[in-house]
Amino acid sequence: MLEAILLTIITASTPLVIAAAGELVTERAGVLNLGVEGMMIMGAVCAFGAAHVTGYPVVGLVAGILGGALFSLLFGFLTLTLVANQVATGLALTLLGLGLSGQIGESFVGIPGVKLQPIVFPLLSDIPFVGPLLFRQDLTFYLSIALIIGVHWFLFKSRTGLKIRAIGDSHGSAHALGINVIRTRYLAVMFGGACAGLAGAQLSLVYTPQWVENMSAGRGWIALALVVFASWRPARVLAGGYIFGAVGILQLHAQAFGIGVPSQFLSMLPYAVTIVVLIIISHNRRTTLINTPACLGKPFVPDR
Amino acid sequence: MRIELERRGSASPLFSVISPILSLLLTLVFGAILFWLLGKGPLSALYSFFIDPLTEVWSLHELAIKAGPLILIAVGLSVAYRSNNWNIGAEGQFTLGAITGSILPVLVPSWHSPLVLPLMMVMGMLGGALFAAIPALLKTRFNTNEILTSLMLVYIAQLFLDWLVRGPWRDPKGFNFPRSLDFSSDAVLPPLLDSGRAHASIIFALLAAVLIWFMMRYMLKGFEVTVLGRSERAGRFAGFSSRRMVWFSLMLSGALAGLAGISEVSGSIGHLQPSISPGYGFTAIIVAFLGRLNPLGIIASGFVLALTYLGGEAAQLSIGISDKVTRVFQGLILFFVLSCDTLILYRVRIIFGAGKTLAEGKH
Amino acid sequence: MKKLIIALAATAATLGGFSGGAQAADKTKVCFVYVGTRTDGGWTQAQDLGRQQVDKTFGDKVETPYLESVPEGPDAERAIERMARSGCALIFTTSFGFMDATVKVAEKFPKVKFEHATGFKSGPNLATYNSRFYEGRYILGQIAAKMSKKGVAGYIASFPIPEVVMGINAFELGAKSVNPNFKLKVVWANTWFDPGKEADAAKALIDQGVDILTQHTDTTAPMQVAAERGIYAFGQASDMIAAGPKTQLTAIVDTWGNYYVKRTKALLDGTWKSEQIWDGLKDGILTMAPYTNMPDDVKAMAEETEAKIKSGELHPFTGPINKQDGTPWLKKGEKADDGTLLGMNFYVEGVDDKLPK
Repeated sequence: MLEAILLTIITASTPLVIAAAGELVTERAGVLNLGVEGMMIMGAVCAFGAAHVTGYPVVGLVAGILGGALFSLLFGFLTLTLVANQVATGLALTLLGLGLSGQIGESFVGIPGVKLQPIVFPLLSDIPFVGPLLFRQDLTFYLSIALIIGVHWFLFKSRTGLKIRAIGDSHGSAHALGINVIRTRYLAVMFGGACAGLAGAQLSLVYTPQWVENMSAGRGWIALALVVFASWRPARVLAGGYIFGAVGILQLHAQAFGIGVPSQFLSMLPYAVTIVVLIIISHNRRTTLINTPACLGKPFVPDR
Repeated sequence: MRIELERRGSASPLFSVISPILSLLLTLVFGAILFWLLGKGPLSALYSFFIDPLTEVWSLHELAIKAGPLILIAVGLSVAYRSNNWNIGAEGQFTLGAITGSILPVLVPSWHSPLVLPLMMVMGMLGGALFAAIPALLKTRFNTNEILTSLMLVYIAQLFLDWLVRGPWRDPKGFNFPRSLDFSSDAVLPPLLDSGRAHASIIFALLAAVLIWFMMRYMLKGFEVTVLGRSERAGRFAGFSSRRMVWFSLMLSGALAGLAGISEVSGSIGHLQPSISPGYGFTAIIVAFLGRLNPLGIIASGFVLALTYLGGEAAQLSIGISDKVTRVFQGLILFFVLSCDTLILYRVRIIFGAGKTLAEGKH
Repeated sequence: MKKLIIALAATAATLGGFSGGAQAADKTKVCFVYVGTRTDGGWTQAQDLGRQQVDKTFGDKVETPYLESVPEGPDAERAIERMARSGCALIFTTSFGFMDATVKVAEKFPKVKFEHATGFKSGPNLATYNSRFYEGRYILGQIAAKMSKKGVAGYIASFPIPEVVMGINAFELGAKSVNPNFKLKVVWANTWFDPGKEADAAKALIDQGVDILTQHTDTTAPMQVAAERGIYAFGQASDMIAAGPKTQLTAIVDTWGNYYVKRTKALLDGTWKSEQIWDGLKDGILTMAPYTNMPDDVKAMAEETEAKIKSGELHPFTGPINKQDGTPWLKKGEKADDGTLLGMNFYVEGVDDKLPK
C-alpha cells in the first residue's frame, strides 16, 4: 500500500520538479518567465506527436525538450533582444502556447499514446520496497533527480553557474566584468524552456500517455510557485515538489478511505500546506534575501 | 544580422504615438497571413475581429461588460506592481469579493432597501482587500514571498466558492444544483441604458482609473509608491515605510479586484455559481503591463483586449475560426504591442553583416 | 517596409476577399454553444459528433455554426445573443451553466427556438433536454458486481451535483441487484477534465482495494490506469475501447445526434414545440458500447437488462430502496419520480462515502 502510494506521488511530482528546476536556472539568471505553462503544454504536444509518428517514446522525449526550448526562444527574443516586459511576455507566451498546442494536436485527440517504459535495473530492482520505487522507474524520474543534483552543482560549483548567479544579482556589474549577459540569459531561458518541455513530455508519455488540450491543467503555475517556494535553491525544489504532490495524492486516499470532510477542503490542502511550509522556512529574512536574484525581471541593455 | 538597442535620453513622445500604430499594422499583416494560411479570407477575418463587434450598439455594451472588470483589476494591480509588490492573485481576490459581496442577497434575501447595493459593493471591496491582506501579513510578518502566497490563495478561494454554492449557500429551490438563489432586484446592478446590458462596473473602472491616475501623478501617496518601488532604501530615506506600502498596495489592488468581483456577480450573473470568472484576474495582469502600468493606458489596453475576445467569437461564428486560432492571434497581438513599445525607450539598430547599418527609429 | 505591407495587403485582398456577407439565405441555421473545445475527447466532443450528424443528415438544408470554449456566466449570454442575432433558427446550449443566459436571451428573441441541456428552466421558445444516463449506469453496476472478485468498485466522480449523485446511486443499485453486499468507494476529483488528477484518483482507488473502476469525468486517463494495473473499467461519454482494448467492459456513449436530428426535423417540419425532454436508452440519446471482455453469461445478463429498461419493464430506481443511513426511501414496487431523481442529494445504502452537504 505505502509503496503504491509513493509510486503515485513520484509520478505526480516529477513534472513539477523538472519544470521548476529549469525555471530556477532561468530566474537565477535574472529572467522571470511566467510562460512555463505554455512551454510545458508545447512540450507535451511535441512529445506526443513525435512518439506517435516514430513509435519511439524516447524520440518523443527529445522532441518535447526541443519544442519547449524553441518555444522559449520566442520569449528570449522579446525580453532579451527587444527588452519587452517579462511578466507580460511570459503570460502572452502561455496564451500562445495553449492555443498553438491545441491547433497542432487537433488530430492527436483520442489516439492511444505510446508509454515511456521503465528502466529496470537488474538485481537492484528486486530489493523489496526500495527496488520498485527507485530502480524500476522511467527515464524522466532519473532525469528529474539528475537535474536537481546537476543544477545544484552547476549553479554553486561551476564557473558558468557563478556567472549566471552574478548576472542575476547584478547584470550591470556582470557586464562590466566582461560577461556576455544577453547570451548567457538566452541560454538560461532555453534551459528553462527545455525543462518545461521535458516536464510536458512526462505528462503526455508517462503520467497519462495521451494528448488532450490543456492537459497541463495549471501544473506550469505550480512549478513557478515552487521556485519561489524553494527560495531559488534546487534541493528545496525537490522537497517542495514532493510535498505538493504528496498532499494532493493523500487527499484522494483520504477520500477513498471515506473520511467525512468536504472534498473541496481536501483539494485545498496542497495549496494551503505549501503556504504554511513556506512560512515556516522563510522566517529568516537574511537567507531568503541572499538567495533571491536581485535583478529578477528587470530589463538589461548593455551600454556601448 | 543582429539587433542592437541604445537607450534614449527620455521616452520618445513621437514613438509613444507611432508604437501602437506600428504594432497594429504588424498585427494586421501577420493576422492576414495567419488566416490566409488557414484558408480563411484574411480581410473578412480581420473585419470580424476588429470592426464587427463595434458596429452594433448591443455589442458595444458587451465590450463595456468585458472591459470593466479587466480595467478595474488592472488599475489596482498597477499600483501594486509599481511599488514592487507582486500580487498575482487578483483572481482569488475577485472571487472572495464576489462571495463577501453576496452575503446580503444570499443570507438576507428578504431585506429590500436602496442600501443593499452600496453595502454589497463595500462588502465586496472589503472581502477582496482582506483576502489580499493575507499575503501582505505573511510578507511583512514572515517574509513569505507574495507571488507564491497570492497565487495559492486563488485556488483556495475558488474551492471555497465551490463548496459554498454546492453546500451551505445552495439555492433550496434549485433542485440541488450548484448555485445560490437569484438576487432580488434590489441587489442587482441595473443596466445603465435601455439599449443593452452594460452596468455600473465600467463606470467603477473608469472612475478608479482616473482616481488612481490622479493619485499617482499629483499626490504624495503616488510619489511614495513610485519611490519605494524603485528603491526601498531611497524610500526609507524619504521617510516612507515599505512595510506599510505592502499593506496599502496589496489591499488596494485586492479591494478593486473584489469590487470587480461583486459587480460582475451582481450586474452580469445575478447569482453565485462555481465559475464566475473566465480568468479576469490573470488577464488583467497582461492588461496592466500592456497599459504600461499607467491607469489611462490601462483603459485603452483593457478595451483592446476585450475587443479581441468579442472579435474572436464573431470570427468563430461568421467564418469558423477556432478558439485556438483566436488564442494564437491574441498572443501575437500582445507580442507585437510589447515589442513595439521598445521603440519608445530605445533606438533600435538592425546590423547586417559588418558595418552596413540600417537605422530604424532614429530621429 | 511600407511598400511590403501594401503589397501584402493587396495580395491578401485578392486571395481572400470579403466572404463574410455571402451566406446562402435558404439554409436553416441550427447553432450550438459549447463549454469546452470540440476536440476535448469528452462531453463537448460527444456534443459535436451530434452536430455533425445533423450536418450529414440534412445536407444542404441546414447549416450548423458553433461557438466553442464559451465560459459560463456573462460570456455565455453574449455568445448566445450573438447567435440569435446572426440568424440562428434553433440554438442548442449544451452545458448546465448556460441555463440563465439561455433563459434571458430566449425572452429577448421570442422567434428563435432554444434548447438547453440538463437544466430545469424552460419557456415558450425554450425546451430542455437531458439523457437518462442512470439507465446505463445501472447496467454498469450489474456487470461490475458480476466481474469484481472483491465486491468493491471505485467511482471517480467530478462534482457533487444531482446528476452525478444519481449516477452513483444507479450504479450501486445495479450492483446490489446481483450482489447485495456490494460496496462502492467514491473519490471526488473536483474537476471534469484533468487527465493527471483523474489518473491519480484511479490509482488511489485501486490502491485502496477496488478491482473495478468507473468514472464520471471526461478523459480516458482512468481507463489507461486500469489497463496498466490489469483491472476492468467502464468508459464514459464516448467509447473508450481504444484506450483499453482488454480493459473496457462497456461504456455509456452519449449519442446526442439522434436527438438533435429529431429536433431539427421537427423545426423544418414546423412541428417544433417547447418540451421538457428526458430521453433514455430506448430513444437512442445514449447507447451502450459493445459488451466486451466478459463471459457470455454476464453479457447475456447485461443485454437482458438493457432490453428490459428499453421496454419499460425495469426502472432502476424501484423499491424497496433504503437511503445510506438505512432509513427507507422507496417502498416495494414504488418507482422514484423524475423530480426527486433530478434533484437527488442523498446516497442509497451501500455507498461508502459521505456526501458533501
